[in-house]
Amino acid sequence: MNLNVNSVDSLVAEIQGLSGSSQDVNHLNSLLKQSEDVIRSQAATFASCLTRLDPSLHSLGYLYVLEACTAGPIPEAQANELVLSVVRFIDMCSVEQIRLVPDKFISVCKRLHEQVMVLGAPMRAVAPLLTAIRKIQLSSEHLTPLHPDFLQVCLSAKCYKIGYSILEDDVLEVDQPRDFFLYCYYGGMICIGQKRLAKALELFHNVVTAPMSSMNAIAVEAYKKYILVSLIHLRQFSASFPKYTSSVAQRNLKNFSQPYIELANSYSTGNISELEAFVQANQEKFENGNNLGLVKQVVSSMYKRNIQRLTQTYLTLSLQDIANTAQINTPKEAEMHVLEMIEDGEIYATINQKDGMVRFLEDPEQYKTCEMIEHIDSSIQRIMKLSKKLTTMDESMSCDPLYLSKVGRERQRYDFDDFDSVPQKFNL
Amino acid sequence: MGPINPSNTIVSPTSGWRRLKSCRDQSTLHRVLDGATDDRKLRNETLSCKETLRNCAIMETEEEASGQMTDEIYANGGDGEALSQQQQQQQQQQRRPIISGEQLDIEAYAALYTDRTKISRLIFIADKCDNVSMQLEALRMAYDEIKKGENTQLFREVVQKIDGRLGPNYGPDSGWMDAVDRRAEQRKEKLENELNAYRTNLIKESIRMGYNDFGEFYYTHGALGDAFKNYVRTRDYCTTAKHIIHMCLNAILVSIEMGQFAHVTSYVSKAEQNKNDLDPITIAKLQCAAGLAHLEAKKYKHAARKFLETAPELGNNYSEVIAAQDVATYGGLCALASFDRAELKAKVIDNINFRNFLELVPEVRELIHDFYSSHYASCLDYLGNLKANLLLDIHLHDHVEMLYTQIRNKALIQYTHPFVSVDLNMMANAFKTTVAGLQKELEALITDNQIQARIDSHNKILYARHADQRKATFQRVLQTGVEFDRDVRAMLLRANLIKHDYNLKASRKI
Repeated sequence: MNLNVNSVDSLVAEIQGLSGSSQDVNHLNSLLKQSEDVIRSQAATFASCLTRLDPSLHSLGYLYVLEACTAGPIPEAQANELVLSVVRFIDMCSVEQIRLVPDKFISVCKRLHEQVMVLGAPMRAVAPLLTAIRKIQLSSEHLTPLHPDFLQVCLSAKCYKIGYSILEDDVLEVDQPRDFFLYCYYGGMICIGQKRLAKALELFHNVVTAPMSSMNAIAVEAYKKYILVSLIHLRQFSASFPKYTSSVAQRNLKNFSQPYIELANSYSTGNISELEAFVQANQEKFENGNNLGLVKQVVSSMYKRNIQRLTQTYLTLSLQDIANTAQINTPKEAEMHVLEMIEDGEIYATINQKDGMVRFLEDPEQYKTCEMIEHIDSSIQRIMKLSKKLTTMDESMSCDPLYLSKVGRERQRYDFDDFDSVPQKFNL
Repeated sequence: MGPINPSNTIVSPTSGWRRLKSCRDQSTLHRVLDGATDDRKLRNETLSCKETLRNCAIMETEEEASGQMTDEIYANGGDGEALSQQQQQQQQQQRRPIISGEQLDIEAYAALYTDRTKISRLIFIADKCDNVSMQLEALRMAYDEIKKGENTQLFREVVQKIDGRLGPNYGPDSGWMDAVDRRAEQRKEKLENELNAYRTNLIKESIRMGYNDFGEFYYTHGALGDAFKNYVRTRDYCTTAKHIIHMCLNAILVSIEMGQFAHVTSYVSKAEQNKNDLDPITIAKLQCAAGLAHLEAKKYKHAARKFLETAPELGNNYSEVIAAQDVATYGGLCALASFDRAELKAKVIDNINFRNFLELVPEVRELIHDFYSSHYASCLDYLGNLKANLLLDIHLHDHVEMLYTQIRNKALIQYTHPFVSVDLNMMANAFKTTVAGLQKELEALITDNQIQARIDSHNKILYARHADQRKATFQRVLQTGVEFDRDVRAMLLRANLIKHDYNLKASRKI
C-alpha cells in the first residue's frame, strides 16, 4: 500500500491514522520513507499541514514534514517563525517516534542551530538543544552529533554553566570522530570559562592524543590551548607526548604551534620579565589565535608559581621578600597575589599586616572527617565501576571478529606464544 | 701558630717585618713598613702597636715566611730600594682577595716536580698569578729549567713572557738555541737512519727501541703530538707485558702533558690488564693518572677513590707528573666534596696508606678532620687559605670553585641534619657568613630538596620538616585514583574511536 501524498489532507489523515500503536508507527515510517522525495519536492505545500498535526502525538509525521520544510534555504523573514516551531517540536515530540529516524531529527536540530546563529540569538537554542540531546541519546555515555552544536551554542551565548552540566557525563560511545573532536574542543573552552581547568586539560588531552590518520585544525587549536591551560593549571608543560599519541600528531603538532612551545620554554625559566617580553613580541600571533586572554593568564600564573615555590622553602617571609624573590613590583601587589592564592586554596597562609609578614602553613586537611571518608569511599566505588567496565570491554573486544581477524593477520609478524590461543586466520 | 707574642716581634727589623707581613691590619703594616729602615723607630712603632698585634691571629709558620722573605729580598738585590719594592708588593698583596698571607713558595713547589711538568707548572703559575714578583720568579725558574733541556720552542715562549724584565741574563739566548737546534737536527737524522736500518732487518725489539727513542726525542723537544704517535707505534713491536706497560706509561705521560685525558683513561686500563707484571710503583702511578683523568672529567667521586687507593710507594717516583702532596690535596678535596660521612671516615680518615700522604699537607689533613668533627668555620678557613695556591695548580684550578661549592653545601647539609630547629644567626657565625647570605644558600639547597626544612625568615630559624607519612599517603592515593580514573576513561575512549574506525572500514568493504 502506498501512502497517499496527493494532497495535504490525505497526508494529514494518514499520519493521524497511523500514529497510535508502535506497530502502526513503524509502518508509517516505512511509508513516509518511500514518499520522502515527494514531500521534500513540495515542501511549501505540505508546510501548512504542520498546523493540523500535534507534535506530541504525530511526532514522526511532523518530523518528516518539518525536515522537508527546513531542508531548503530559508528566507530571513521566516526564520523566527521556523525557530519557534522547531523549538516547540523538540519540546513536545515523543522520544519513541523520533528515535526511529534520528538523522532527520539531528538535521532539524542542526538547522535550528544555524538559524539562531543567523538571528544572532544563540541563547534561544540552548535549552531546546539540551532537551534534544537528552531525547535522542541512548545513554548518557553516548555522544550524539548534537553535542558539539549544543556546546558551541552555549559558548556563543556564554552559558558556560549549562554547557558544563553535559560535560559531567562520561562519554564513551562515539559515532563520528569529528563530533568527538569538536565536543572535546568546545567542552574544553567551556571548562576554561567555568574555571574547571583540570577537566579542560583532560578534554584537550583527549583531542591531542586521539587516534588520527591525518592532521586536523581542531587538534592543532586544542594543542595550543592545552599548552596554555597546562601552564596555568599545572604551572609546567611537558613537551613530550604520551606514547599512545598518533604518530601524525607527534610529528606535526609542534610545528603548528611554535610560538606556544616557545612560550612554555620561556615560562620554565621562571623569569617574568623575559616571559613578558616574549608575549609582547608575539602578541599578534596570540591574538590571531584568539588566545591572548589565556596567554595573559599564563603570565599572571607565573607570579603564583613563584610564590608557591616559596611555600616549600619558608615558614615566614616578609611581603617585601616575597616581592623581591617572585619578581613582583611592590609588596602591596605581592599581598594581593598571596591573598588570591589563599582564597583559591592553592596555598595555606596567613598574612600579618602589622609587620608585613606572611606565615605559610601546612595543608590543614587531616583526612579524618566524615566528608573525607565519604569522598574516598565514593572514589573507590567509582573506580571499581570503571574497572568493571574495563573488564567488560576487554572481554567484548576479545570476542570481536574484526579485532580477531586483524590480530590473526598480524600473527606472522610476531610469533609469540601468547598468540597461540588466537586462531591462525579468522574467516568471516 | 696562634696569636703572636708581642715581645718576640722586636728581635730584628726583618723578623718583625716578617711577622707583620700577614697581618690584616693595614694601618699597622704601613706604619711599621715606613719605619722599617730605622731599627729604633721600628722598635717604638712595634711596641706602640702591641695591642693591634695581639689581636692579629696569624696562621702562619714562621720558617716559611722568613724563607720567602729572604728570597724576595735576595731577588731584588737586598738593598734599600728593595724595601720600597717590597712595600708596593705588599700593597698589591693586600689588594688580592685572598686572606692568607701564606704565599706559594715557588721554589719549594717546583722542587717537587721534574722534567716538563715542572716547566709547565711554572709557566702556568706565571700566567695565572697577578703578583709581578711571583710571576718573574716563576719565569726565572722556568727559564733555568728549560736551559737544562732542549726544548727551544718553550724557551722562546718563556723569553717572550719574561720580556727582558729579568735583566740581560734572561734574554733570548740565540747561541744556545742554535746549538740545540743543530744538535737536534743531527740527532734526528741519526735516529732516522738507525730506525730504517732496524726496519730493514726486521728486528722487533730494535724497532721498538727506535720508535721509543724517537718518542723521547720529540718529547724533549716539545713536539708532544709526534712523541705520542711514536710511543704508540711501539705497540706493534711489544713482545712482553713489560713493554706494553712501558708504552702505556709513556703514552699517559704525553697525554697528560697534552691535556688529552681521554687517552689517559684508555691507556691506564690497557696497562692494568697486565696485572701480574705491575710493580707497586707502577700501580700507584696508574692510579694517579686515572685519578687525574677522572678529576678532569669532573667525576670527583671516582677521582677521590683513585687517589685514596694510591699506595705510598709512589713517593717521588712520579715527579714528572704528580707529587705526593698533590695526591693528598686532590684526593682529600675530592673526597670531601663527594663522600658521605661514613665513607669519609672509612676511606679517608681511617685509611693508613692515605694518611702518609696527608702528613705531607697538614692543612688538608686538618681541614678534613675539622670537617669530620664539624668544625666548619675552621675547615672553611683552611679552605679559604688554600684557595689562592690551589688556583695556581695546573690540574685543580678549574675545579676549585666547584669542589668548594660542593664541600660548602655538604657542610651546610651536615650542619642542619641533626637538628629540629637551627638558629640562623648561630649557623651564620659557624660558617662565617651573613644571615641573608646563608638564607640564600639554604633556600637553594631546600629547593633542590637536599635539605628537608623550612626557613622562618621572621625569627631567622630553620625548622626541619618531617614528612607526615599518613597525610602524604592519603594525598598520593587520592591523586593516583584521580589519575587512574582519567587515564582509563581516556583509554576506553581511544579504544572506541579505533573501533569506530574499524567499523567504518568494514562497512565500506561491504
